[in-house]
Amino acid sequence: MTTLLDKLWDSHEIHCGRDGRSLLWVDRHLVHEGSHHAFSKLAERNSMVVEPNLTFGVADHYVPTRGTAASPAIVRMIETLERNAEKHGITYYGQLDSRQGIVHVIGPEQGLTLPGLLITCGDSHTSTHGAFGALAFGIGATEVSHVLATQTIWQSRPKSMRIAISGNLLPGVGSKDLALAWIAKLGADGAREHAVEYTGSAVRRLSMDGRMTLCNMSIEGGARFGMIAPDETTFAYIKDRPFAPSDALFKRAQMYWETLTSDENAEFDREVCIDASEIAPIVTWGTSPEDALPVTATVPNPTALAGTDSERVASAIDYMGLVPGRALTEVQIDQVFIGSCTNARIEDLRAAAAVLAGRRAKVPGLVSPGSQQIKAQAEAEGLDHIFIDAGLEWGNAGCSMCVAMNGDRVQSGKRCASTTNRNFRGRQGRDARTHLMSPAMVAAAAITGHLTDVRPFLKERLTE
Amino acid sequence: MTGWSKHTGMATAIDIENIDTDQIIPARFMSAPRSDGYGGFLLHDLRFDTTGNPRPNFPINLFPAVSILVGRRNFGTGSSREAAVYALGDFGIRAVIAPSFGDIFAANCINNGVLPALVSNKAATDLIVWLSGRQAQLNLNIRSRTISFDDQTVTFTLNDASAQKLLNGWDDIDLTQHHLSAIAAYRARRAQMQPWVFPANETAG
Repeated sequence: MTTLLDKLWDSHEIHCGRDGRSLLWVDRHLVHEGSHHAFSKLAERNSMVVEPNLTFGVADHYVPTRGTAASPAIVRMIETLERNAEKHGITYYGQLDSRQGIVHVIGPEQGLTLPGLLITCGDSHTSTHGAFGALAFGIGATEVSHVLATQTIWQSRPKSMRIAISGNLLPGVGSKDLALAWIAKLGADGAREHAVEYTGSAVRRLSMDGRMTLCNMSIEGGARFGMIAPDETTFAYIKDRPFAPSDALFKRAQMYWETLTSDENAEFDREVCIDASEIAPIVTWGTSPEDALPVTATVPNPTALAGTDSERVASAIDYMGLVPGRALTEVQIDQVFIGSCTNARIEDLRAAAAVLAGRRAKVPGLVSPGSQQIKAQAEAEGLDHIFIDAGLEWGNAGCSMCVAMNGDRVQSGKRCASTTNRNFRGRQGRDARTHLMSPAMVAAAAITGHLTDVRPFLKERLTE
Repeated sequence: MTGWSKHTGMATAIDIENIDTDQIIPARFMSAPRSDGYGGFLLHDLRFDTTGNPRPNFPINLFPAVSILVGRRNFGTGSSREAAVYALGDFGIRAVIAPSFGDIFAANCINNGVLPALVSNKAATDLIVWLSGRQAQLNLNIRSRTISFDDQTVTFTLNDASAQKLLNGWDDIDLTQHHLSAIAAYRARRAQMQPWVFPANETAG
């Protein structure tokens, strides 16, 4: 009668305080340039990282993806991480390391992310790693310093929520659409205080790349934790990864991993059911990931709404420069971006390339692979040529244009069709306008120069 | 960090839903050392126009001495950046009152002595209406979980663990020192029972 959440939680609990908080063991702690405040706190205490072999550093948020660093402050951020990694004896993937990439891409890629582990990182998209049946969550700088100093973390157990996704995703509809669909349905705070477990036939059929996209977006619906019980797809992905167990140890681990499911009669605090076959390709129109609609819809009309909803929608439409009632497919874009911890894995690049192959983009854009290994793999498959021949720029690995802190950003007033996770005001650059969608949908928008339903493009491909 | 149980201060309302941490502190400011002070970055792009001039009608420009903000649902959603709370704290904000908070933001608040006071939708709306276009004094009490003003009192929700941390100003690292032997025992047990949880290919050092 136990949920996956409870199994993972109980297996990491060292102590439960009278105030209800648990002291949990951390199996993997991932740090990046943004962790500098936490290292400063550690230095103030004259403390050292207590488990350097369980701590891994990577430069991703501030690394340039094209040319050299944009400013001395950015150079300093990367150097500070490098210095801290060296001081504390932490494995570090710097800009020149062939294993470098976005922290939530390289963790799984290196086999650092495994089922049953507790994984923390000072980044809200740490929920990504839950795709392996791990308890993975984003933490703030004070908590990062606590993990560095003690390899543990104090947490209150979240409530449990099951999102059961039945049926089949239709052609042209992917994991990103699934994520945006539930966030639109429940709201950007719909799953706050909850850990979400994704179940159902549509989830089982997702590849690990697809599962990571789904779990990654959990935080955009308010859930600090997203998770999927591991299965054969998971085990096949992990096998032979550099840091994964091998041979007899792998077999022993797998026996345990197979127990990491919610029991059949497990009770969740909240249950939501979604039929995958009802989901169409989705785009966001506003300034919160909850502002998401099928691409076939029209821009909402604030006058048709009441109270704060009306005000919020009117304000978002004003920021986004849209016309209420107008078809979303009429919205002209200035550029595209394919990248981020949400959608920069090999399957994402393949999906975009499948649409772009032999076609030209009407607008400029940047493709930033999630890691250097993915970049190399994409190049081996010739995907880089497809992007370059379409007129897009092929960059290096990093958080790039998703975070607007590394030199890659969308200029003021410009509109970007983006595979990223946040369409917040100013997220991709001050006064930038972001429309979130899947890699295939971004590719379609690049070709037409406006928001576009990718499905006809795929149909053409199938009959060619 | 020093603990606190009561605070009386001026409050104003920010009548916007989904104020995310990218808005509380835009990413481009986060490479600054903490010693520079983060107060000037608070809600920067809402407070200042593109030429750097303050927007005169933005609430905290009108009332820069406030120590309490009242917001709408999903305050502090998004990125885990603790710098958002540094910006609030360095500006002088001791508490944010809202009907829902981003989970990571709320935890970061507690770790920096800022109270995330969770109230009902109605209570938030009433306060926002009451504060409309002005600042006014509120009294906060963490022990009784109350916000009082004029002759009214509303209650807020805060779990015991968070309340204790705010009251005592404790640092968790100090607290955890009392559990070192339990941690060591757990680690040893884990290494023995599930050796695969430790990285197979330890390249560090």
